Amino acid sequence: MYTIEKSKLSDLFGAISASCELYLPVKKAGQNNFTKYEAGTEYCDELKTVKSPKDMFFPQSENIVSFEKTDGKIKVTPDTIPTEKTVVFGVRACDVASFDVLDRVFLSEPADSFYKARRENCTVVATACSEPEESCFCSVFGIDPSEPKADVATWFVGEKLYWKALTEKGEELTKAVASVLTEENADGTVEAEKAKIKEIVKNLPLASLSLDGWDGDATEAKFDAPEWEKLSASCLGCGACTFVCPTCQCYDIRDYDTGHGIQRYRCWDSCMYNDFTMMAHGTPRPSQLQRFRQRFMHKLVYFPANNDGMYSCVGCGRCVNKCPISMNIAKVIKAFGGDKS
Amino acid sequence: MQKVRGLVIKRAGELLSDGTVTRVLGYKCGDFFYDVTPAFFESADQLSDLEYGSFCGANLSKYLINACKDQKEGKILVLLKPCDTYSFNQLLTEHRIDRDKIYVIGVGCKGMLDIEKLKAMGFKGITKVLDNGDELDIKTIYGDKKCKRADALLEKCVCCKGKDFKAFDEVIDVEEPGEKGADRFEGVALLENMTSEERFAFWNNELSKCIRCNACRNVCPACSCMKCVFDNPVSGAAGKVNSNSFEEKMFHIIRAFHVAGRCTDCGECSRVCPQGIPLHLLNRKFIKDIDELYGDYQAGEEVGSRAPLVNFTFDDAEPSIVHERGNE
Amino acid sequence: MQVNENAKEWKPLIVAFCCNWCSYAGADLAGTSRLSYPADVKIIRVPCSCRVNPMFILKAFEKGADGVIMCGCHPGDCHYSTGNYYARRRMTLLFSMLDYLGIDRKRTRVEWVSAAEGQKFSLVMNDFAKTITELGENVKLGDIRCKK
Repeated sequence: MYTIEKSKLSDLFGAISASCELYLPVKKAGQNNFTKYEAGTEYCDELKTVKSPKDMFFPQSENIVSFEKTDGKIKVTPDTIPTEKTVVFGVRACDVASFDVLDRVFLSEPADSFYKARRENCTVVATACSEPEESCFCSVFGIDPSEPKADVATWFVGEKLYWKALTEKGEELTKAVASVLTEENADGTVEAEKAKIKEIVKNLPLASLSLDGWDGDATEAKFDAPEWEKLSASCLGCGACTFVCPTCQCYDIRDYDTGHGIQRYRCWDSCMYNDFTMMAHGTPRPSQLQRFRQRFMHKLVYFPANNDGMYSCVGCGRCVNKCPISMNIAKVIKAFGGDKS
Repeated sequence: MQKVRGLVIKRAGELLSDGTVTRVLGYKCGDFFYDVTPAFFESADQLSDLEYGSFCGANLSKYLINACKDQKEGKILVLLKPCDTYSFNQLLTEHRIDRDKIYVIGVGCKGMLDIEKLKAMGFKGITKVLDNGDELDIKTIYGDKKCKRADALLEKCVCCKGKDFKAFDEVIDVEEPGEKGADRFEGVALLENMTSEERFAFWNNELSKCIRCNACRNVCPACSCMKCVFDNPVSGAAGKVNSNSFEEKMFHIIRAFHVAGRCTDCGECSRVCPQGIPLHLLNRKFIKDIDELYGDYQAGEEVGSRAPLVNFTFDDAEPSIVHERGNE
Repeated sequence: MQVNENAKEWKPLIVAFCCNWCSYAGADLAGTSRLSYPADVKIIRVPCSCRVNPMFILKAFEKGADGVIMCGCHPGDCHYSTGNYYARRRMTLLFSMLDYLGIDRKRTRVEWVSAAEGQKFSLVMNDFAKTITELGENVKLGDIRCKK
C-alpha cells in the first residue's frame, strides 16, 4: 500500500503524465468530465462525471478511413491505430465494471482494433466512492464501490490518497511514480473506509431494486408487457440517457464530404433516435415505445442472453440524474415489480 | 404547492368523471422528490400519483402535438403554469395543436426548483427537499441541510415572466403572487460587453461540452419540425455528432435561429441540458436583438401574432448595424 | 483562378451569394464592362436574396470560406416585391449572433447591388476582399476536416 497527501496530488499527476497521457475528472464550465491533464489542471472529486469514461476506449466520434480521388483513382487511407500510452485516473467502480461490458462487445472476435489498442494501452486507476449518492444502485449488479477492481485501486481518506496496485499494469505504473508515493502499512485505515462505504451502500434508496425476472430468457414475458406504453409515453426520444451511459455501445458509421474527399467516421448512436438502424425499407422500430423498449430489453434481456447472463447496466445512476423527463432504468425495473422493499 | 396539488386532483377527477375530458396530462411522482415525469392519467383513481410540487419545471405543452394527433376520443386536460401558456399559444399560432381538443387548467406557481443548482451548492445524496416558503430543508444521506429557496430556482424562474395565464379554461391558483423576475437580458448584456475574443472563449468552453444528445431540441416546444434538418440524411448536416468545434456551433446557431421569433423563452433547453450549457443565452440574444431592432415582441403572448422573422418594415435596420455597435 | 506567384501565399476564399435578378446581373455587367474584381470571390447564384438560408452562410464557412457576402436587389426593388426585406432581417440577426459567438463581424456582409451597378459590384468585392485579406485566414468557424 502506498499513500500520497491530497495536497500533493498534482505531483502524482505530474509524475504520471511525464510518461503518458493522463485523463482525469476535471470541472470545466461547471461540469465534471474526463479531461486530458495539463500542468495546473485540477482534479474534481465529485462522485460522477457527466459523461462516463467510455470515451477513453470508444470515443464519441473517431475517424476510421478516408477516401481521396486523384487522377481518376481512389486512394483509401485507413486511420492509424492509436499507440499512445494512457492512464485514466479517478474511475469509479461502476465505470470500471462497464469496461467489462464494453470488452464483451468490442474484444470478442473479430475484435475491434481501435478499441483493443486503446484498451491495452491504458492503465485504469480507480477510486472508491467515499460518498455514494441517492441515484447509485451499483450494488444491485453486484458491484462493490468500496473495492473497485481496476489496475490500481485508490481510496481518499482524510487528507490522504491510498494507492494499491492490483494488476501487473498497475504495478508498472506504481513503479513509474514511486518517487512521489510513500510506502505505508495502512490496511487498517482502508478497511475501515471500505466498511463505512459498504454500510452507506446498503442503505441507499435504490439498493432494494430487484432483477428477479430479468434475464436472457425473459423476452417473451417482457416484450409485449403493457407497462411499456406508460413508461415510454413521455419519452422525448433524445439521446441523453444513451450518451451519458457507460455501457451503451451502439454506433453508426457515417461519411463526411470534406470537399476534397470522404472522411468515414464512427460515432455513438442512440436507440432512442428514429433513424437508429435505419434500413432501405425504413426503420425497424417506428414508434417511440419500440425504441424505448429496445434500450431496456437490450440492457436487461438481450445482452445477458448473449453474454452469459451479464447485464449491460452497472447502476451508475447517470440516467437517473440526466434524463430530461426523469424516466430511467430504475423506474423501469420498479414498474415491472422489481422492488424488494 | 401541496394545496394546488390537492385542488388539481379533485378538479381533474371531476372532469374525468363527468366526461368533459378523457385524459389528464400532468406530472407523476417518481422514486425521489425531484424525478417528476410528465404523464397521462386516464381515470380518477390513477390521479393519486399526480404530482404538483416544486420540481414540476417541465413544460407540458409540447406533448399536446402528439396527443392531438392520436385517434383517442375526448379532450385532453393539460396543466399549464403561467409561463407554459406562452408555448401553448405559440403552438396554436403555428397550428400544431387543436384548441378544441384541449382543456387547459392554469396552475399557480411560485417558481420551480433546479436540482442541478442544489447539487452545485455541494449537497450530496439529496433524498428529499421540503419547501418551507423562503427556505428549503434538504434531507441528504449525509445529514440535513438548509438553503434559501431563491438560490435554487430554475433559470427560467429567476427571470419569471409573471403570474398571468395567457390561455386557460380555468385556473387553480392559491399561491401568493411572487416577485417580478430579474432582468432576463442581464446575461446577454454581460456577454455583449466582453471583447470578441472573450466571447469566443466563453462559447467554445460551453459548446465544447455538447454531446449532441438532442435533448434541447426534443424538449423545445418551438422545435416541432416533422423532420429536423439535423436528422435528414440528405441535408448535408446530419452528422449525428460534433466531430469538431464547427459542428457544435452549427447545430446551436441554426437551432436558435430556427426558433428565433417563435421562442417564448420557456427555458426548457437549458433546464434539460445534461452538460449544463446555458442555451437560453443564445435564444435571449435573438429576443434582445428583435426587441431592440424591430420593437418589443413576446412570442406566445397572444394567438395569431405575426413573428418578427416573417414580417418586415420598409425602414428596418441594415445588417451593417451589427458592425457598428458593441465591442470589437 | 488567379495564379499565385508564390505558391505558399495565402489567398482568401470569399463566397458571394448573388440574387439572380439584380446582383448577379450586376456582376455580369461588371464583367462586360471589363471592371475587375478579385478571383477569390466565388459567386453562387440564388433566385432571390431571400433564398439564402442561414445554413448556407454557415456551410460556406464550414467548407473553408474566409468571408461570406450576400448581395440582393435594393430594398424596394426586389423582383418578388418583398424577398429582400425578409432577407435583411434574417441576415441582421444571423450576423449579430455570429458576432455574439466571437466570430469576426467583418467576415460577413450584405450589400444591395442592382443590375445597373457593375461598378458598385466591383468596388464592393474589391473592398470586401481587402477586408478579408487583412483579417487573414478564418480559423474560428470552419470544419477542420475540410482543410487540405
